[in-house]
This record gives sequence, C-alpha cells and structure tokens, in this order.
Amino acid sequence: MMDLGRYAAEVLLAWGVGLVLLALLVAQSLRRARRVRAELERIEADG
Amino acid sequence: MSLWSYANPRKFLDRVEPLSRWLFAAAGACLALGLGWGFFFTPDAVNFGSSVKIIYLHVPSALMAINAWLMMLVASLIWIVRRHHVSALAAKAAAPVGLVMTLIALATGAIWGQPMWGTWWAWDPRLTSFLILCLFYLGYIALWSAIPDAEAAADLTGVLCLVGSVFALLSRYAVNFWSQGLHQGASLSLDRQENVADVYWLPLVIAMLGFALLFAALVVLRTGTEIRLRRIAALRARAQRSEGAA
Repeated sequence: MMDLGRYAAEVLLAWGVGLVLLALLVAQSLRRARRVRAELERIEADG
Repeated sequence: MSLWSYANPRKFLDRVEPLSRWLFAAAGACLALGLGWGFFFTPDAVNFGSSVKIIYLHVPSALMAINAWLMMLVASLIWIVRRHHVSALAAKAAAPVGLVMTLIALATGAIWGQPMWGTWWAWDPRLTSFLILCLFYLGYIALWSAIPDAEAAADLTGVLCLVGSVFALLSRYAVNFWSQGLHQGASLSLDRQENVADVYWLPLVIAMLGFALLFAALVVLRTGTEIRLRRIAALRARAQRSEGAA
C-alpha cells in the first residue's frame, strides 16, 4: 500500500468522490440509453 | 458531404452514435493511463505533499465543466440560427455531463482547500463564478424539464445558455481579472513559467484528454437517447391522434 502521508484522507476522499460521480454518470447514461432504445423498438414493432 | 447533414436525426443515429463506443474505449484508456500514472507514479510536491494528486481529477473536471458549457453555447447558437433539432438536443444532452464535471471540480477543490487554505470554501472570484456556473447548469436542466413544448424549451434554454456563458468565461478568467482571490492561476499554459512541474505535466495532459474523450462519448450517447425520446413522443402523439379520429 502506498504511503500518502498526512494528506491521505483528503486525497482518498477527493478521488473517491470524483471516481464515484464519474462512474454514476456513465452507468446512468448507459442504462438510460439501453432503456430508451428498447422502448422505441417495442413501440415501432407494435406499429 | 456537408457537416450539416449530420444534423439529420436518422443520420446521426446511423453514423455518429456508433462512434461512442470507440470514444468510450479511448477515454477509458487515457483515464486509466493518466489517472493511474498520476496517482501511483508521481512524487509528492514539496509544498503540497500527496495532496497534489488531487490535481488529476480537479483540473480536467474544471476544464470540462467550462468547455461543456461552451459546447452547449455553440449548439444553442446553431439551434437559434439554423433550427437544427439535433444541435438543441446535443446541448440538452451535454448539460448533465457538465453538471457532474462542475460538481467534481467543486468537491475536489473544497477537499484540497481545507488542508491547504484552512477552509473548505472561500468567496474567491473563481470559486464563486464556478458555483454560479453550477447553479446555471441546474437551472438549464430544470428549464428543459419544465417546458413541455420541445421547441419553446430549446429556445428558452438557448437564451439561458447565452447568459450563462458570461459565468463560464468568468470562471475561466476570473483569476486574471481579480488578483485578490485564493485560487492560483492556470495549471497548464502556453507560458512555460506558469505550468505545473514537468513530472506532473504529462499524466495531467493525458487525464485531460481522457476527460475530453469521455465527455464526447457521453454527449454522443446521450444525444442519441434524446433523439429516440423525441421519436417516442412523436409516435405516441400520432397514435393518440389516430385514436381520437377513430
């Protein structure tokens, strides 16, 4: 485990917050894209 | 072929949206390299210790927060002048991405500021203009949601985007306008004297490229989603009209 010294808590908190927000954004975008694509295909198939 | 032809929703979905997976792959590679290098293989700074590692998230996210709004400005102007629906939807699609970038910049900046400045927050020109930019993002997203008529929403959010651009530019140049703030100047500059130290420079540039590619991938993907949502609304309206006529 690398030694982050006296600022370890701040560094890990900042990286944790940043990466979690990025991951949530990507996951939400992909999930919404999949859901909407499936919904449109269903509506078009129903005519 | 004219660039404007891609403003056709069908052509956008067929030709541009498939690029998003390549953009995601390139973004992932750049982020893994830039952030991994920055976190694990760069030394602590003399003045800031290991807190310098926050720069790899803070600077790229702040850059993209401003650039996202400027991209929305260009897209909104195209909508206002040429009435291309895809450009209005691209601006709408970019707003949540820009908002998240702004939140990351504000959060990482506050976490860094606490041990370095002795405070989570200061009413410094750059911090304040960034907070206002964040509020503009929220207002922009809320305005799109509040107006049912898509064209009216695009018009009004376009105007809001023009107004908000003042704060996007202000947050970029506030440090130059007012020298009394806590926030330091640009980390990267054409002026070599102003740059971060060489050892941090390359991973930072790669992380910035990763954030830019991720932004592009997300905007392309989300624009495709907005186009499909518009199509779903049109099909439902048509079905309701046919039912009403029958």
